[in-house]
Amino acid sequence: MQVRVQDTPFDFGAEANRFAAGAGGAGAVVTFTGVVRDAAAGAMTVMEIEHYPGMTEKALQQIAAQACARWELTDTLVIHRYGRLQPGDQIMMVATAARHRVAAFEAAEYLMDYLKSRAPFWKKEILADGAADWVAAKEADEDALTRW
Amino acid sequence: MDVLYFAWVRERIGLPKERVETTAVTVAELIEELVARDDRYAAAFADLSALRVALDQELAEFDAPLLGVREVAFFPPMTGG
Repeated sequence: MQVRVQDTPFDFGAEANRFAAGAGGAGAVVTFTGVVRDAAAGAMTVMEIEHYPGMTEKALQQIAAQACARWELTDTLVIHRYGRLQPGDQIMMVATAARHRVAAFEAAEYLMDYLKSRAPFWKKEILADGAADWVAAKEADEDALTRW
Repeated sequence: MDVLYFAWVRERIGLPKERVETTAVTVAELIEELVARDDRYAAAFADLSALRVALDQELAEFDAPLLGVREVAFFPPMTGG
């Protein structure tokens, strides 16, 4: 189980390959990558991600541990960036490894659902004209937790 | 105790962190004390349904006791991922 919170970019391909190579006995590896979307259709220049150092790492560890308790996973990886990102940049990734694909898929979705609403990150969109807006949490993201 | 603010809560109050001496028994009482200070706090805490609180880096409820707590953090609902 690995959790990393960093301001620097990560190499998704290299991370996925290293994870798959180290996931001993796994027959299935699932990865998901979140990419900065330009919600303002061309107007957004920067997405600033703030987080709560200390609590962030703890919350991600807890979420990953819950996934490991619920599914038979051989390994999990969570990487989440903070700081200033641009549209097209990769914000975060999760990877799960299991003997069979159902567990790997479900655990990856579980990690994503919890990470969106229970890990202390906040996104701010900075537009070309200098205006800035905090991204509001979506009710659908909170509702997504009820399925688990 | 240390009180931390994040995202727009930090911006409204105008600082990321402060040391607060308080006799408040619960989070709600601490909020009442802060709101009484000035308009910046009143603006930040105007709608508690838009706020979350963590005690020593664990999510908590507003009626949670502060006994033994060293770090309180206020922030909007999280938007990770």
